[in-house]
Amino acid sequence: MTGPGDLVTLLDRLCPMFALLDSDGRISRVGPTLQKLRPQTSFEGTAFLETFELLRPRSIVGVPELMACSGAKLHLRFRDAPRTALKGLIVPLPGNQGAVVNLSFGISILDAVRDYALTAADFAGTDLAIELLYLVETKSAAMEASRKLNLQLQGAKIAAEEQAFTDTLTGLKNRRAMDHVLKRLLTGATPFALMHLDLDYFKSVNDTLGHAAGDHVLQQVARIMVEETRGHDTIARIGGDEFVLVFNFLQDRERLDSIARRLIDRLEEPIDYNGEACRVSASIGTVLSSQFAAPEASKLLHAADLALYAAKRDGRATHRFYSRDLCLPQDDAQMRRGGGGAGTQPAGSVRLSANGPDIGGKKAP
Amino acid sequence: MHGLINKAIQSFVCSTYGKSRWIRVTEAANLGFVEYEAMLVYDNRVSRRVLDELCRELGRPQAELLEDLGTYLVSNPNTEALRRLLRFGGVTYVEFLHSLDDLPDRARLAVSDLDLPPLELREEQDGRFSLACHDGLPGYADVMMGILRAMADDYGALVILEHVGTGQDCEVIEITLIETAFAEGRKFDLGARAG
Repeated sequence: MTGPGDLVTLLDRLCPMFALLDSDGRISRVGPTLQKLRPQTSFEGTAFLETFELLRPRSIVGVPELMACSGAKLHLRFRDAPRTALKGLIVPLPGNQGAVVNLSFGISILDAVRDYALTAADFAGTDLAIELLYLVETKSAAMEASRKLNLQLQGAKIAAEEQAFTDTLTGLKNRRAMDHVLKRLLTGATPFALMHLDLDYFKSVNDTLGHAAGDHVLQQVARIMVEETRGHDTIARIGGDEFVLVFNFLQDRERLDSIARRLIDRLEEPIDYNGEACRVSASIGTVLSSQFAAPEASKLLHAADLALYAAKRDGRATHRFYSRDLCLPQDDAQMRRGGGGAGTQPAGSVRLSANGPDIGGKKAP
Repeated sequence: MHGLINKAIQSFVCSTYGKSRWIRVTEAANLGFVEYEAMLVYDNRVSRRVLDELCRELGRPQAELLEDLGTYLVSNPNTEALRRLLRFGGVTYVEFLHSLDDLPDRARLAVSDLDLPPLELREEQDGRFSLACHDGLPGYADVMMGILRAMADDYGALVILEHVGTGQDCEVIEITLIETAFAEGRKFDLGARAG
């Protein structure tokens, strides 16, 4: 096999995307697959560099440079649409008879098989193109499945968090859990006491020592509250530094007062955080379910809130019981409720802050 | 921004500055979680906030921090897989530079919703190149600076990099190749697999 015809037959089979160039850089033959990309185009006789735009190497500006760069990797694309990007390798023929350029798609193969409706028959049997396509499709399918699972798990996680009864920071119950407990106790007409405890000076710990210190303090506070109560009492963190404690069957004021004082005493002990002493205190308001003829959760929480507020007004680190004569002075009520017609609002509509107390405006000095 | 990018930032901060600082940043940025999921896509504003808080927390300008992130991605054993993929680009540093044009397409091939803006390499005279990093990902060129620098070390090439400013719709990095085989560089074996 020495004639040009033999060479073409050989190239047709071995690399069906070849272009055979004469010594002037004109195309004399193209392989069947390259022809398939431009069925209407007659390549023969056209200048290679006018059909294809050479992107790299940039040092090639004309045919002499092209012919001289044997073995160099070429980056090209069609000058007409679709401007498919191609990779190429040029090998000059002996005796200044021109050169062979072998083209391939490189990364553009995914678009190319679609744009030109290529089949396995268009690639040489040794070409890894089909394996690559296979790999891309299986990978995409697997990835899609994993993406769906990801989104599903993400959704499940959010749903689980919404349904959770636990405050993840402290391990105490959360507000949702407290609502459930109150509902159950009220339905069963079980007498109980409800304490609303609010930390004092917590914000300054957060501000001066950082959130991590604040979190540590909350965890220690939670531990103290668990230690100072009975196993079947409910302790919930319902806001940033607000807690509600529910004592089943307990209506004894003396005992409740001693629990509250003991809690305050222990919470006032400095809490160590990385060698820094964090100091907080607490104010507590307590209500007994028996103080209402028809107790409702919202009424009880409001009453405990009023008692807490009275405790704050008495100076911090104080415990107060709710009594009927406790009510919000008009000015303070305005402050507490953001000025929203406090006097006419029914007691049940006052809610404890779920987002943590706004130290600046809500509390009495 | 894609979870992979966010996760890269997280991994960089945790491994360089410690997990507690990362947690502080996520809190300051009101992220609501500590761990990014690599295969989820996050709101750009979220990523923006985290970056801003990160610069504040560490007291460093963003460009500098992102360049370190680029270096980390190539040189840290945590992200060896990424370094390998970049080394697939070529046998020499120059080939690697040329392969950057294909990088966004290759990334998309691997992860279809990972959208990296185009990169365009121009070969100038005397071993000088310019890389245009197109708009679309804030800080893209800064991260690329770090990657280019660390990859030069990886190939054992000696280069001078300069962020020469902002073009029409891109930022341009100028690369001057002083010596291709300046140092030995790191071993790379196409057949080995990243652990």
